[in-house]
Amino acid sequence: MSSRPSRHREAGQWARAWPPLPARPLGRPAGEGRLGFPAAEEQSPRPGRSAPAQRWNPVGGFCEKLLPSDRWPWSDVSGLQHRPLDGVALPSLHWEWESDWYVDENFGGEPTEKGGWTYAIDFPATYTRDKKWNSCVRRRRWIRYRRYKSRDSWAKIPSKDDPKQLPDPFNDLSVGGWEITDEPVGRLSVWAVSLQGKVWYREDVSHPNPEGSSWSLMDTPAEAAQISCGPHDLLWVTLWEGQALVREGISRNNPKGSSWSVVEPPTSENGIMHVSVGVAVVWAITKDRKVWFRRGVNSHNPCGTSWIEMVGEMTMVNVGLNDQVWGISCDDRAMYFRQGVTPSELSGKTWKAIVAGRESDRSHSGSSLSLLSAGCFFGDEVRGSGESCAPSDTDASSDAERPGPDQPVPAESLDCPGDPKGSSASGPGTSRTTEHPAEVASPATQTPRPEPRPGPACTPAEVPWTNIDLKEPKKTPSHPLAGLPETTGLSSLEVLPLGLEEPYGADDHPLWAWVSGGGCAVEAHSVLKWFSVQLGLSPSVQTLSLSITPAQTAAWRKQVFQQLTERTKRELENFRHYEQAVEQSVWVKTGTLQWWCNWKPHKWVDVRVALEQFTGHDGARDSILFIYYVVHEEKKYIHVFLNEVTALVPVLNEAKHSFALYTPERTRQRWPVRLAAATEQDMNDWLALLSLSCCESRKVHGRPSPQAIWSITCKGDIFVSEPSPDLEDPAHPLPCDQMFWRQVGGHLRVVEANSRGVVWGIGYDHTAWVYTGGYGGGCFQGLASSSSNIYTQSDVKSVYIYENQRWNPVTGYTSRGLPTDRYMWSDATGLQECTKASTKPPSLQWSWVSDWSIDFSVPGGTDQEGWQYASDFPASYHGYKTMKDFVRRRCWARKCKLVTSGPWLEVAPIALGDVSIIPESPGASGNGHSVALWAVSDKGDVLCRLGVSELNPAGSSWLHVGTDQPFASISIGACYQVWAVARDGSAFYRGSVSPSQPAGDCWYHIPSPPKQRLKQVSVGQTAVYALDENGNLWYRQGVTPSYPQGSSWEHVSNNVRRVSVGPLDQVWVIANKVQGSHSLSRGTVCHRTGVQPHEPKGQGWDYGIGGGWDHISIRANATRAPRSASQETAGERSGEQGLPSGPAQVAGALQESLGPVCC
Amino acid sequence: MTDDKDVLRDVWFGRIPTCFTLYQDEITEREAEPYYLLLPRVSYLTLVTDKVKKHFQKVMRQEDISEIWFEYEGTPLKWHYPIGLLFDLLASSSALPWNITVHFKSFPEKDLLHCPSKDAVEAHFMSCVKEADALKHKSQVINEMQKKDHKQLWMGLQNDRFDQFWAINRKLMEYPAEENGFRYIPFRIYQTTTERPFIQKLFRPVAADGQLHTLGDLLREVCPSALAPEDNPTPKRQGLDVQACAQKV
Repeated sequence: MSSRPSRHREAGQWARAWPPLPARPLGRPAGEGRLGFPAAEEQSPRPGRSAPAQRWNPVGGFCEKLLPSDRWPWSDVSGLQHRPLDGVALPSLHWEWESDWYVDENFGGEPTEKGGWTYAIDFPATYTRDKKWNSCVRRRRWIRYRRYKSRDSWAKIPSKDDPKQLPDPFNDLSVGGWEITDEPVGRLSVWAVSLQGKVWYREDVSHPNPEGSSWSLMDTPAEAAQISCGPHDLLWVTLWEGQALVREGISRNNPKGSSWSVVEPPTSENGIMHVSVGVAVVWAITKDRKVWFRRGVNSHNPCGTSWIEMVGEMTMVNVGLNDQVWGISCDDRAMYFRQGVTPSELSGKTWKAIVAGRESDRSHSGSSLSLLSAGCFFGDEVRGSGESCAPSDTDASSDAERPGPDQPVPAESLDCPGDPKGSSASGPGTSRTTEHPAEVASPATQTPRPEPRPGPACTPAEVPWTNIDLKEPKKTPSHPLAGLPETTGLSSLEVLPLGLEEPYGADDHPLWAWVSGGGCAVEAHSVLKWFSVQLGLSPSVQTLSLSITPAQTAAWRKQVFQQLTERTKRELENFRHYEQAVEQSVWVKTGTLQWWCNWKPHKWVDVRVALEQFTGHDGARDSILFIYYVVHEEKKYIHVFLNEVTALVPVLNEAKHSFALYTPERTRQRWPVRLAAATEQDMNDWLALLSLSCCESRKVHGRPSPQAIWSITCKGDIFVSEPSPDLEDPAHPLPCDQMFWRQVGGHLRVVEANSRGVVWGIGYDHTAWVYTGGYGGGCFQGLASSSSNIYTQSDVKSVYIYENQRWNPVTGYTSRGLPTDRYMWSDATGLQECTKASTKPPSLQWSWVSDWSIDFSVPGGTDQEGWQYASDFPASYHGYKTMKDFVRRRCWARKCKLVTSGPWLEVAPIALGDVSIIPESPGASGNGHSVALWAVSDKGDVLCRLGVSELNPAGSSWLHVGTDQPFASISIGACYQVWAVARDGSAFYRGSVSPSQPAGDCWYHIPSPPKQRLKQVSVGQTAVYALDENGNLWYRQGVTPSYPQGSSWEHVSNNVRRVSVGPLDQVWVIANKVQGSHSLSRGTVCHRTGVQPHEPKGQGWDYGIGGGWDHISIRANATRAPRSASQETAGERSGEQGLPSGPAQVAGALQESLGPVCC
Repeated sequence: MTDDKDVLRDVWFGRIPTCFTLYQDEITEREAEPYYLLLPRVSYLTLVTDKVKKHFQKVMRQEDISEIWFEYEGTPLKWHYPIGLLFDLLASSSALPWNITVHFKSFPEKDLLHCPSKDAVEAHFMSCVKEADALKHKSQVINEMQKKDHKQLWMGLQNDRFDQFWAINRKLMEYPAEENGFRYIPFRIYQTTTERPFIQKLFRPVAADGQLHTLGDLLREVCPSALAPEDNPTPKRQGLDVQACAQKV
């Protein structure tokens, strides 16, 4: 796991000086107050007095003295606080400086080029970057980054607070609140209870600042014993008297909540001893160890309605992410997991014991050790939350051995080698007494009973609780130690579990005192492997398995396959001339589908469909799809040869399961064959079968080649195409409507590849994924799918609708508009009515996972209730009401989720916005360097991935690259030229990136094209292309090895949505609109034609598959047409000699001199 | 790395080279040449021997022909056993090709079932599939299928169409993600050494403690004698593989 880079921008330092008098010539002496970017000599912190803050006077020019009434010469942004550069200290020992002070030369996205100075009439006022005649003051911002460094270790929280306020040792601590609706990303609520029964809230805890700032005392009506804070807005506290306190009014604006409500215990004689809350659940333990579930808890009613008694007796329970529940049984002190907790049945079904040994127990079996280690143990279906928990140990103890309270369970066990007490000391309540943690694991516990239970406690599943398996007639245990397995290859696998059971089968079943599932997201229907000791299972869990027996290991499969091969050899080799008993023949699959008819008015008509497959004696296959329809009572049909089909594309449709079938001709017409099936299963059957037939007729199978071209549709479906060698032939390129695309399982928004087989993707929810080398998944089950490397993948996105209101003088704002108004509930344009009830997820694959909530993060800002005001619809909205505003709207968002499968593994924990992998120069075969990979996090941080290689495409860790503003897009070229686009629309070039200096040294600001804000950049071998928000494609002119930033942007084309430049400097885009002979399509793959070394901008576009395409990456395709390669080189040389100036020379020179200068 | 698909294909395309000879006492008009054929292991004798029948009938008079049946070294071959099973059971130790004698007379009524047409094979095959699905899914999957799916399954077997067959059989081989396997493993163990035609018992894929069972566990439980140490287990499992596959279809 990489440590999550987080950093804090030290609030800007503002240095200012008097401006020149208006009469003075504007040109100032060079170097006067000017800093290079970044200027080395200015980097050491210096006393504020010697900083280049100057005052100007008519005689001597600038000088550092200000008016007596002025703000400090070095101040914070408000000007009120004196902050000299060397007076800015790190908040605590756990922070480090990331870089030194430098001047921010960027002002609102525009370079200032005047040393970062911005001008105004007086302090405080509106600053502009241009010096005007009335500019009397100026200031500039100094930036220095700090970051929190104490990751993966225990860091004492410094107590700067009044010592009288905090004499009190803490008793319990709970972290939550990271999913309060629309709060800033990374904010956390940390609550603590002291021994005196006081409740404390830690202020300003967030991801970049995990230690927070100070403790605030919260008033409580009685003395608190224990506290539990859920990820959303639930907060429950137990009182020493046995009641519970519930915090009301927790929200985005008030994470501390506003008031307490008291909830009485289920029975008056047995008070509540322990409580744990989740998103919408509350579980409690009373003094008699009974387990209670609180009915009716939700955001609107955090107190719930009544208690329900649950089966079992527990010493404690813990609710994890997703409302899954863990517990420690009172009886045998084993860990239990509540099975069957789903959104519709939050109380679950049964308790099931978790088999969890300790490291020492397993030390002799390496393979299963790795299975049980934290990450692997949880397997595919359980994801780390991505929210690494804030260090929550408030104790002075430096006991670094103790695991964190939010660690996944098995990680705890691994962290505590061989010490049962240590392993039980994971509770937050144990902070004071580390010697006997079991005794105080839960202070509200009267007397925990850690008496060891001798005897064979090796199967905790046999405790007498409801367990479906136990109701079945049980056979004798299958593994008595006597029944040692035979020495056949197959059964020798069983040695592992026996070896595992032995150690704690003896007498040493660990007695657990505390469990926390807070770092462990369990999907409601996932299969968990915690309840049995694992065999050497295959790493992938297949939800739909075709295996003959479930116990499939790679070795087992290989063995079977070998035996089958031997059998074939033995039984067939000498008899291949024998006649086959069954002749190959025609096979027909028929069915009923709906077809989007060719004639107007276009509509869905019922059709009979038949797929006829012929197999010749050579095994070659030919297939035809017939579509029989009736028009004017006349029976007709159309047919499609499957070897001409270029793509089978699932189509986004909220009501129908439909897909489109393309041939080159239909691609040109922009009119695919559109078919719809009655059920999802039916569609998937057809898609899988047709796809299999297409692939077989083109002899395409297995995993995509490393050079493959990847693309994504607007539905999030992933397509891949094998590039033919003549695709980039400069003379006669293969028309790109001939390319064959096949689907790969999974759901992504962005995919990027390079020719060493490293492929990364980003989901709609910004999750980063790495390609595993499998194929299939999704609807391609069984034969069209690889049996390993397929994992469950999920994605989440939000659907937005708008609530519109108009003001009238009587009642104020109401949902009664003018008759001409838009719908009072609408989409963003106002043209479509979208009510909360009628709005559906985008397609049938998606299902809602949240309720509607107000989106506060819309551009323009909102008021406290999320409203945006305007004078009329449609207009520009702002987040405050003025006298002229007669309408208002607010945005509602609802999350939906899709679960599918595909050859993708999550790269936790950082969510990404963009990613780029270095394209390999043609001919360069893996030179031993790791593969350079850059990314932009969803928060705008620039990151550089270390350790990426063919064998380890996920890489090892992130290196954070400082920027002075959030970034949006990034691209790395074949010669380590890193270009990026900031969120303000300007471009940056990163200097000195090389294999030995993977993060480079500094950013060079590149102004965007005039009046345009850039949104994406792509760098190939030498060519740099950028895309602006208005769909214009720009080529960077004048890029040379000695001046890699280039000189100017040249317009290439408009109508572009996404650009990808490859290692041959080939340019591919997703075009916004393309007109065909039958219809228009939006989102079409296009190839720039005529791109030559002496004409890097190319000449025109060749139109390929579409519409509905969103993304393409051709950056893995370094396949030159074999014939033309020599021609091209020759052309370059002659161009270099023949044309003394111009781009040819630039390009040629670049190619010639790449080695020493760029690479 | 091999895939399940490769394994399935290899199982499906298992072939036994066979030499059919007409029984010496059959009356022919001229010399009957032996007939050589590659028989699919996963199919049934009467389903794939149309060519054999035609070949020998050419040299015979119509009145000498009654129902065809096959015999190997004196043992009548049960057509309702998969071909691979018959071979593994009776002839796996003999040299290839497998020599099968063809009879058109003296049908051994007490040893064999009549097979009047391919419908009988279909009925037998479908009943096996249903029985297996009863064990695997309480018959839920097979009952939810449409008639045309059943037909496709059967036609896939009859026409030796792997894709056609597996497009449907896939559904029979799936189980819900939250379960570790089928309810019970459908299997039959055939042995030459006993009088019993086969052993069949209820057997769960997962032990009560959650451990996955292996084939070794199954044999140990239902047929310990098969795992006697002096036995070489490989041919047994080989036979069982073929048999299991045929049973599950």
